[in-house]
Amino acid sequence: MDVLQIVSNLVHDTIVFSTALIFAALGGLYSERSGVVNIALEGMMIAGAFTGAVVTFFMQDMGALAPWIGLAAAIVVGAAFALPHAVASITFKADQVVSGVALNFLAAGLSVYLTKIIFDGAGQTQTLATVFTKWNLPGLGDLPVVGYALFQAYPTSFLAFLAVAVTWYIMYKTPFGLRLRAVGEHPRAADTAGVKVKRIRYTAVMISGALAAMGGATIALTTTSNFSHNTVSGQGFIALAALIFGKWHPVGAMGAALFFGIAQALKGLVQVYELTAYIPIEFIYMLPYVLTVLVLAGVVGRAKAPAALGKPYETGSR
Amino acid sequence: MNRLAQIFVKESILVPVVAIILGLVTGAVAMLAGGFDPLLAYQSLLKKVFGDLYNFGETIRQITPLIFTGLSVAFAFRTGLFNIGAEGQFIMGMVASVYVGVMVDLPFYLHAPLALIAGALAGGLWGAIAGWLKAFRGVHEVITTIMLNWTALYFCNYILNTFLVPKGQQRSEEIKETAYISVQWLSEMFGNARLHWGTLLALVAAVVFYVLLWKTKTGFELRAVGFNPHASEYAGMNVNRNVINAMLIGGLFAGLGGACEVLGVFHYQAILSAMPGYGFDGIAVALIGGNTAIGVILGAILFGVLTYGAAGMNFGAGVPVELIRVVIASVIFFVAAHGIVKYILKPLLSRKKEKEVL
Repeated sequence: MDVLQIVSNLVHDTIVFSTALIFAALGGLYSERSGVVNIALEGMMIAGAFTGAVVTFFMQDMGALAPWIGLAAAIVVGAAFALPHAVASITFKADQVVSGVALNFLAAGLSVYLTKIIFDGAGQTQTLATVFTKWNLPGLGDLPVVGYALFQAYPTSFLAFLAVAVTWYIMYKTPFGLRLRAVGEHPRAADTAGVKVKRIRYTAVMISGALAAMGGATIALTTTSNFSHNTVSGQGFIALAALIFGKWHPVGAMGAALFFGIAQALKGLVQVYELTAYIPIEFIYMLPYVLTVLVLAGVVGRAKAPAALGKPYETGSR
Repeated sequence: MNRLAQIFVKESILVPVVAIILGLVTGAVAMLAGGFDPLLAYQSLLKKVFGDLYNFGETIRQITPLIFTGLSVAFAFRTGLFNIGAEGQFIMGMVASVYVGVMVDLPFYLHAPLALIAGALAGGLWGAIAGWLKAFRGVHEVITTIMLNWTALYFCNYILNTFLVPKGQQRSEEIKETAYISVQWLSEMFGNARLHWGTLLALVAAVVFYVLLWKTKTGFELRAVGFNPHASEYAGMNVNRNVINAMLIGGLFAGLGGACEVLGVFHYQAILSAMPGYGFDGIAVALIGGNTAIGVILGAILFGVLTYGAAGMNFGAGVPVELIRVVIASVIFFVAAHGIVKYILKPLLSRKKEKEVL
């Protein structure tokens, strides 16, 4: 019984922590499958977490609706925040990695700067009174063990899994998805076939920003209930690693995000069951990052990136 | 056209200068949006830095680690690698040198050098891990170095908590005085600003950076790999070894910077709740400095002034210090997207060309 309880808790927490990673990894997928490196996922998540928290705070009178408005605002701001990255890397053919890094720094600085202005010099938002509450799926949620593990989750988690299905459908069953992948593999061929390479890439990068921002907002509106400089703390990069580990495929990325979610869930579990006597807490904190490196070191040789990833495209070039 | 003007029009100088101006303008816009007075803010920033000897000395202290991390990032850039891990390498340098500083008993002429070497090596090895992963496992160094930054942060706290921090406190014991690299008489001249030999070491490191890259066979290989790894391999160079070397040497610079910060400034190491940030600013320093030794020094001075003066901006105009991070991020963005800078300058430059024709 006790073991089952622990497993149930672990799965439950894994889903909680994976949600943001799934959103962000899917975001990365749109951008990178279209050929634009997106190391700015971290910054886009920060932008989303900040926007989600602040908008929800000012919408608290709306009660249970408030976090939804916050989430919607995060999507809009995330897409807008991605625009400079698109302009720099698509129109001006900048180094996409450096441009992404700049955006990450910008998000980190600007979010705390604005937080201090809005909350009278405090480095973090006040604790949000109205955040997402867990849904208990009727019937399924009351099942023993499995119910708590799988069917009692935040609405955003259900939304994330839905997003995986939708992304898969868009990528592999719609003309837009086909064009997007073509642009990422062989932009010249796509151009010749009449596909607007730059327009597709702009769209992809902005979808990327919207999804990553949803991921960031998810963290602020479920697990932390506020925004501070530590809210995202590298999860954008872990999401990027999940995307690579998942071989740039929506279902693969989801699997990888769940895997990295376990590492974070373990953090909580170790503290709850007082295992820190056996393992130093710092090692538990390290785990997601070390695991990311180890996984990439083991897998990357075999993963194949989109062929035109990171290469700017000059219309009509040969 | 006289020669001075010629230098100024050269794109390599013009782009960073315009990027800095655009960065400051972006900061000003952010300040206006927040209801602050940008002119007053930038004035307060300068007043803080140049107002008195103590603050001027402290600005030099602030500039020093930026030279080290700037060199670290620039060195890797020369081999075509983007070292975002100067932060982690800096942290490893701090913790290694504080460990030697506290735990070892030696006369001063051995203790301080040993602590410096330990810091440099720790940073170097931390960088080499990312180099090895890149060379032999094909993992992009940007992701590994970022992950290694976080790992270094928690690893450092583990070492501190387990070996160096007395129960219930938040920082390590003080290092032994034999490991100090502070310069007492100079500090006294600057109103007890924390000046140390590390500044001189940083300038020496910049010279080493130049000589190593441009005057030795090793440096030639490193740069060749940066220009074109395939051609270098065809010419018989070992690309993998050069990648590891570049990250190792870059890490040495950053680690040494971390060591100087502990041995010269704080003399202890506090448990870290967040990244110190010198490594990240090092990226901006390297980019703005065009990955040259002299450029890095100039860039470090600029960003040292900005980050130290930020406190004055807060005091004088009420602007949150994070505004400076917005300025620095914008500068990096405009250097990366120099196409935008050239686009803005286009009308200016083309008019000049017309004049030349006439």
